Amino acid sequence: MTDVSVDHGKAVPLLEIEDLRVRFELPTEVVHAVGGISLEVAPSEIFALVGESGSGKSVSMLSVMGLLPSPPAAVSGSIRFEGREVSGMSGRELNRLRGREAAMVFQEPMSSLNPVHRIGRQIGESLRIHRGVTRSEARRRAVYLLDRVGIPAAASRVDDYPHEFSGGMRQRAMIAMALACDPKLLIADEPTTALDVTVQAQIIDLVRELQAEYRLAVVWITHDLGVVAEIADRVAVMYAGRILETGPASEIYGATRHPYTSGLLRSIPRLDRQVTSRLAEIPGAPLKVSQELRGCPFHQRCPLGQDDCGDALPELEAAGAPAHRSACVHRDQMGPSIELWPAGAAGEPRTYGDGRREVVVSVRRLEVHFPAVRGSARSRRRVVRAVDGVDLEIERGRTLGLVGESGCGKTTLGRALAALVRPVSGSIQITGRPIDYRSGRRRVVQMIFQDPFSAMNPGMRVGDIIGEPLRIHRLASKPRIQERVLDLLEQVGLPPGAHGRYPHEFSGGQRQRIAVARALAADPEVVVCDEPVSSLDVSVQAQVVNLLADLQAGNGMALLFIAHDLAVVRHISHEVAVMYLGEIVERAGRDRLYGSPLHPYTKALLEAVPAPSPAVGPDRNRIRLTGDLPSPADPPPGCRFHTRCPVAVEGLCSIRKPELEEVRPGHWVSCHLVSR
Amino acid sequence: MTSKAAAGRAGRRRRRGRTSDVLGICGVVTVGLLLIMAVFAPWLAPYDPSERVGRPFQPPGREHLLGTNDVGQDLLSEMIYGSRVSLVVGIAAAAAALLIGTAVGVLAGYYPRRLGAFLMRGVDVVLILPFLPLLIVLAAYLGRSLLNTTLVIGALIWAGPARIIRSQVLSLRSREYVLAARSMGAPDRWTIFRHVVPRTALLATGSFVRAVAGAILLEASLSFLGLGDPIQKSWGSVLFWAQARGAFLTPAWKWWVLPPGLLIMAASLGFALIAFSLEERINPRL
Repeated sequence: MTDVSVDHGKAVPLLEIEDLRVRFELPTEVVHAVGGISLEVAPSEIFALVGESGSGKSVSMLSVMGLLPSPPAAVSGSIRFEGREVSGMSGRELNRLRGREAAMVFQEPMSSLNPVHRIGRQIGESLRIHRGVTRSEARRRAVYLLDRVGIPAAASRVDDYPHEFSGGMRQRAMIAMALACDPKLLIADEPTTALDVTVQAQIIDLVRELQAEYRLAVVWITHDLGVVAEIADRVAVMYAGRILETGPASEIYGATRHPYTSGLLRSIPRLDRQVTSRLAEIPGAPLKVSQELRGCPFHQRCPLGQDDCGDALPELEAAGAPAHRSACVHRDQMGPSIELWPAGAAGEPRTYGDGRREVVVSVRRLEVHFPAVRGSARSRRRVVRAVDGVDLEIERGRTLGLVGESGCGKTTLGRALAALVRPVSGSIQITGRPIDYRSGRRRVVQMIFQDPFSAMNPGMRVGDIIGEPLRIHRLASKPRIQERVLDLLEQVGLPPGAHGRYPHEFSGGQRQRIAVARALAADPEVVVCDEPVSSLDVSVQAQVVNLLADLQAGNGMALLFIAHDLAVVRHISHEVAVMYLGEIVERAGRDRLYGSPLHPYTKALLEAVPAPSPAVGPDRNRIRLTGDLPSPADPPPGCRFHTRCPVAVEGLCSIRKPELEEVRPGHWVSCHLVSR
Repeated sequence: MTSKAAAGRAGRRRRRGRTSDVLGICGVVTVGLLLIMAVFAPWLAPYDPSERVGRPFQPPGREHLLGTNDVGQDLLSEMIYGSRVSLVVGIAAAAAALLIGTAVGVLAGYYPRRLGAFLMRGVDVVLILPFLPLLIVLAAYLGRSLLNTTLVIGALIWAGPARIIRSQVLSLRSREYVLAARSMGAPDRWTIFRHVVPRTALLATGSFVRAVAGAILLEASLSFLGLGDPIQKSWGSVLFWAQARGAFLTPAWKWWVLPPGLLIMAASLGFALIAFSLEERINPRL
């Protein structure tokens, strides 16, 4: 074993990458995924690799594990693990490295686990391969590991199949699998992106704990700067296959020396800052590198960018504090006093019209049930109460934010509003008139989906996509449609030339703009936005949020903004409702809800959001929710939250169901422990 | 991530592509030659097939390359003109089958609960029915004409395409852009015709070509049993007359039985090969 001394971690890096380049030679194009990066990871440090999709962060770590398919991938440069060159290793040596010395955890635990093998067997597998232990020994170790990663009653769950685990538990099992052979390096590729905030917080805590216990080095790949601040010692920011900035986390967050990093930090909505009327936005879309870079990849989107930025490729050079390096020729101009990315003024979101209030959407005691098909004949008659008695109102020109964990029914509620699912009881009225499901008076509600690309027919041109609602409702004659489409394109900030092109020619942000234009085409009263920014890159999210707010201020549409990201919701909403297992547990004006939440669930949700600032991060003394969302097919009796509630009172919360009551004007809470 | 997956797919498709492309080209050439034969029959055929142009039962010779039949008609000319009947019936019957199949498949796929279950039970019944006996009964009942042959064949082979198209529609209807169209307030008619049917076109093309291959064989069987149009002879009816006049048992089988048999095989195989290579291209994209 190598003599690793932690105190002089710099002297003997665990992982050393030098001038790594990865090129994909595809039949149609060449993509330079990684364009010459160098980095070091010391033993038992947490190193975060941050970047947007396509920045090369996953690809560079996959090449460390020798997991890239070649062809089409062409990898060059040097990767050393404890001084041994990885790129020249034989298949057998690589196999020994993978799993035994370096392990990897992926984003989507369900697809990384084999659905037909028991969890325990999958964890024991690498032990049996690398250590040659017996079956019973492997099983014993699997139980220990499952227990260690926080699976309750591990001994009885070890023989479960992956589908019997919840999302958070599966990710825990993946981590247990990665840790099975006591690796020195754990590479975690977006391990919490598919999880809910409350579960994400649990996983982050777990990794931090395990890292300290096993003296692991962790490379955490993510796009989420909030998560990074919670966990990382050192950070590298990647863009277009290059590292633009690297340094200790406190430096990166406190005194960034690269305009891109500062743009990212400014453009994400945050809970620990005042709400501004507009988010700072980075213009344009992330670069896709199809030929060798000649200049700074960011210069076209950069406020400091000058003509000469495009002429020479900037290298990482010392900037400010020790170990802080930035690849920007203007790095010395950056400082705390300079505001590169202007945001709007603080205060209320802009509002439409003269302030007169008019209710556009009114939902009363809405219930949407789905038949639960799983299981035996006995359970066939059971239903999933996806939405179970919801009341809400949205006024003209205002936004209601709807938040909650996945599976809480927020999407179903939105779809019920758009008449995509039929409620079993209750009523929905839009401008005083009920939805007519048969003839479909449905022009008045339009919808924006999470993934704009899959929500568009790939064989249709953008002009036809945007004009479709006009044709469906025969709102304009043929020549007028064209005119209206061009008008809409301009409103959402797309060039008129977009009209004749296909959706695949656009970037994610532009596609969402197209979706917004389509939603506006029919001149709706309400637009239901179902997670409209969560599939977009961080630097583009702000653009779409600002666009929606601007359009609303212009035409007075009401918005139902469904999202799991509490910071984004806070930014755009006038009022916020929190959903849990089909019910609204708290509803209040935005500042009231974020400033003084009353329901314990709301409090826990807010606590779980990682703040993109290491100072606030790890030391917070917070309430952690334990466990996962119970099944909506079988909700707990009494208060539905009592099983996870830190303050639940036995004999009250578990028996009597609280009603949603107005405890203060405009602030509704459903909890026994909140007094009026 | 996506670029990697795409590259892997592309590589696989290229490798598998080669054989299927070669076979596809063979199919296209075969079918092309047969089509040329059918279209230019009056120019290619040495005689009018309905005229008596020589002595009956003549073996192949300089005047009649494939000899003559029992009434002294030129067999080569019969073969060339027969391609018209065989191909037209095959293509028309497949088109009819596709029309029914698409309608049933789209409806059953888009409304999978009650209507879909009902329609698919119908499909099952059609698939279970013993083909040939039913074909014979229907053809005999309706009378011997080209149109009837076409309709009878079409009415029996639509079930396969219906199943294929239904499965595609089942997946299409849960696509988000169909949901998006519904969220815009589009009636079902709109989503079906704008978003679902056009997307089944590729798949339908594949099953159409395959259906042509089947229809040609069925037409040959019907005509061989003497249930074809008595006025317009197809390859199958040439075989029927050869059988009726005992050509199967005499040396005449070499010029009276073998050529139409080979032509039927060539036509059906040609279409089947095209279908194979088309499906190879279409299916991975499902």
